[in-house]
Amino acid sequence: MADLVTLTIDGRTVKAAPGTLVIDAAKQNGIEIPSFCYYEGLSLQAACRMCLVEIEKAPKLMVGCTTPVAEGMVVRTDSPAVRTARKMTLEFLLTNHPLDCPVCDKGGECELQDMVFRYGAGESRFAEMKHHVDEKQWSPVVFYDGPRCILCYRCVRVCNEGMGVGALGITNRGVTAEIAPNKGDHLECDECGACIDICPVGALTSGTYRYKTRPWEMEYDATICGHCSNGCKTTLGVRNGQIIRANNRDKSGVNGEFLCIKGRYGFDFVHSEERLQSPLKRVGDKFEEISWAEALATVAGKFKAIKERGGKFGVIGSNQTTNEENFYLRKFVREGLGAPNIDHRRTGDVGALLQALGGKQGALATVGDLYLTKAALVIGSDLSQQHPLLAYQLRANKRHHNAHLYVVAPGAVREDQYAFKSVRAAAGGELAALEGLRDSLKAEADLTILFGDSLQGEAVGKLVAFADSLGIPVKYVPLVDYSNSRGAFDMGVGPAEGGLDYNGIVSATDLDAVWVVGENPLKDKALGSTGAFVVVQDLFLTETAKRADIVLPSASAYEKNGTVTSVTGEVQKLKSGAKVMGAKPDLEIIGLIGKEMGLNLGLIWKSDKVFEEIRKTVKGYDLPLPILTTGGAAQASAAEVMSSEQRAASIQSSRDTLFTSGTLGRYSKMLQSVMESPGGLYRG
Amino acid sequence: MLLYAQDEVGQVTEELIAEVASRCGVTPLQVDEVVGYYTMLHRKPLGKFHIQVCTNIACMITGGQELYEHVCKKLGVGNRGITEDGLFSVEEVECMGSCSWAPAVQVNYDFHHYMTPEKLDALIDAIRQTRKAQ
Repeated sequence: MADLVTLTIDGRTVKAAPGTLVIDAAKQNGIEIPSFCYYEGLSLQAACRMCLVEIEKAPKLMVGCTTPVAEGMVVRTDSPAVRTARKMTLEFLLTNHPLDCPVCDKGGECELQDMVFRYGAGESRFAEMKHHVDEKQWSPVVFYDGPRCILCYRCVRVCNEGMGVGALGITNRGVTAEIAPNKGDHLECDECGACIDICPVGALTSGTYRYKTRPWEMEYDATICGHCSNGCKTTLGVRNGQIIRANNRDKSGVNGEFLCIKGRYGFDFVHSEERLQSPLKRVGDKFEEISWAEALATVAGKFKAIKERGGKFGVIGSNQTTNEENFYLRKFVREGLGAPNIDHRRTGDVGALLQALGGKQGALATVGDLYLTKAALVIGSDLSQQHPLLAYQLRANKRHHNAHLYVVAPGAVREDQYAFKSVRAAAGGELAALEGLRDSLKAEADLTILFGDSLQGEAVGKLVAFADSLGIPVKYVPLVDYSNSRGAFDMGVGPAEGGLDYNGIVSATDLDAVWVVGENPLKDKALGSTGAFVVVQDLFLTETAKRADIVLPSASAYEKNGTVTSVTGEVQKLKSGAKVMGAKPDLEIIGLIGKEMGLNLGLIWKSDKVFEEIRKTVKGYDLPLPILTTGGAAQASAAEVMSSEQRAASIQSSRDTLFTSGTLGRYSKMLQSVMESPGGLYRG
Repeated sequence: MLLYAQDEVGQVTEELIAEVASRCGVTPLQVDEVVGYYTMLHRKPLGKFHIQVCTNIACMITGGQELYEHVCKKLGVGNRGITEDGLFSVEEVECMGSCSWAPAVQVNYDFHHYMTPEKLDALIDAIRQTRKAQ
């Protein structure tokens, strides 16, 4: 590393790496240089003039956000000249600003408000008419109020660079300059809302949150997004048990401030009118609401009777319930019911990879690794659609470190735009296509491979053998679909020897009881065991729930505590925020059924206690509690958790896009309302 | 590129923006930003002869404003207006770097210096005569 540069900021001698910007050097030493347009991670703009500082020997004030440090430089960030400049910049920014703070969504957490409060211009010399344009709606998500805009270009840059979409621009100039959407009067984009969150003022507002509440009226609960497998932290703004908004402005979690439309706006399924709020009992071809006590007693009574007469159970766990719930369910079924038939829906072959790696440590990439890897290879996935955070990380890596990206996909993907090499290969042809990339891959310093459901079983073994033959360090991400797909697998929610797998349970004709916890296997199939007693735990009256004899309303991920494991094997804690009357977390439901049956599993159904047990008994899950309890992510180490015959179940990705999310997406009005919905894969 | 394209097509159309974008390898929105920024790029059609009158300081104090008002009145159009026969259009523009020879008028790409209402009338009449003769 090159020698550090020594400079003086506000009389303090500080050191910084060559090339560091003055604004960053000051920040590293606890000195704030205010700015609007400067944004860490995005390209430099130098548009707002808020960061002007005095640098000795420079003829005039310099912008701290684009001036690199130099040896012997003397910077003053709080001299009278600087203070005056800030005041004038703010006075200028406010000339056309409507100052409608009392009704503005941003009021209370607005950067312009804060700056004026601290550095501010208490009065204005501007006596002319303000230039007014009406507010515009660009999509169900995005609204733009031109007069509030201070033209810092953050939204334009985050959309171009961060998202790789480029849906926003700036049109006109001078007083009439404003942000413009890509389709004239509307947006066609990812509808992710990054532009809205990054806006320092209230110029961009969201259809979900606008005019609903004030920021200080909400409580904030940082939890993990319940939609896809990427494990983004989303901070829910909750008022009276109701989620009003979700964002991640504090950059906590593996995703920093990244969220897609699902994480930011797709929470509305929680408060859908169609949520089940009372247990239901089938009477003829109708459902009747019954009490929890009656429902639990009925289920426990039936289960007990079936167990006693040696009847057959078929149990399906969920990709979206917590590790604790899956662990407890498995324990309940295997030990409590003594039943072998339990499985969950597989969306990617994690097991084949773990087997091929044979316990080799350090071979699973984290979300953070994707930002640092020198090269990445994406096989059989439309990453921007199916794994938006992983795609975002690779995009940032390319932008900041010029990482090489290789794509092997059956159709056009967004990654093609910046890929080092991109080849088309239909499912089954991926490994052959890889041979063509061998020489380029060999020349890389290291590599991270992300592969979708088109590689399974033996093919995964061949992939690992191919990677080993390159002679460079390689890490992997086996792509799976849902928020806890990885966890359900790791918790061993799979059949015991000779037991039925997922499809087997659905198609078997001789089961006496079928218990489905948070899954919808009967979406397009009929249950084979027509005479079975069916219990379904779900948020909604899904196709599967409609077939049930007893439906138990369960709580969503946003209403419970516990842990989930992301696609990269990173375990993070959920924190309950929302409240929905009548629904219970699946863990509690399972525990209460056990209690009614008089089972003693030797483990109480409290998520902390169950997690203790997981740490002790599940391979790879001996994770550091301090990291988890403080909201961090800890990666489960690679351990083979299921034998190969247990993994023989059919594996298929649900092929969700950015705008679909299995069952949850169907009940999110916001996701349904954008014109891009439901979208499709491999369209570039 | 946009300027040349505009000369050929007569105005900046959506198709033109899309074509320029694909040739330059940028998004149509990025081309649109440039069109919005530069006042010499027009989304509406212009007259065959586009008369641009400068009303910035040097021209203003030597009669630019009067020239502008005069030509508007003569042709019966307002700013960025176009005559019924499509022959002329008028635009009030910012400084075009001819302050030393103010007031200045630009007709398409031709500069006319030390302009007076009389000279401007003569110029317009001459253009009309030539067009009629053709």
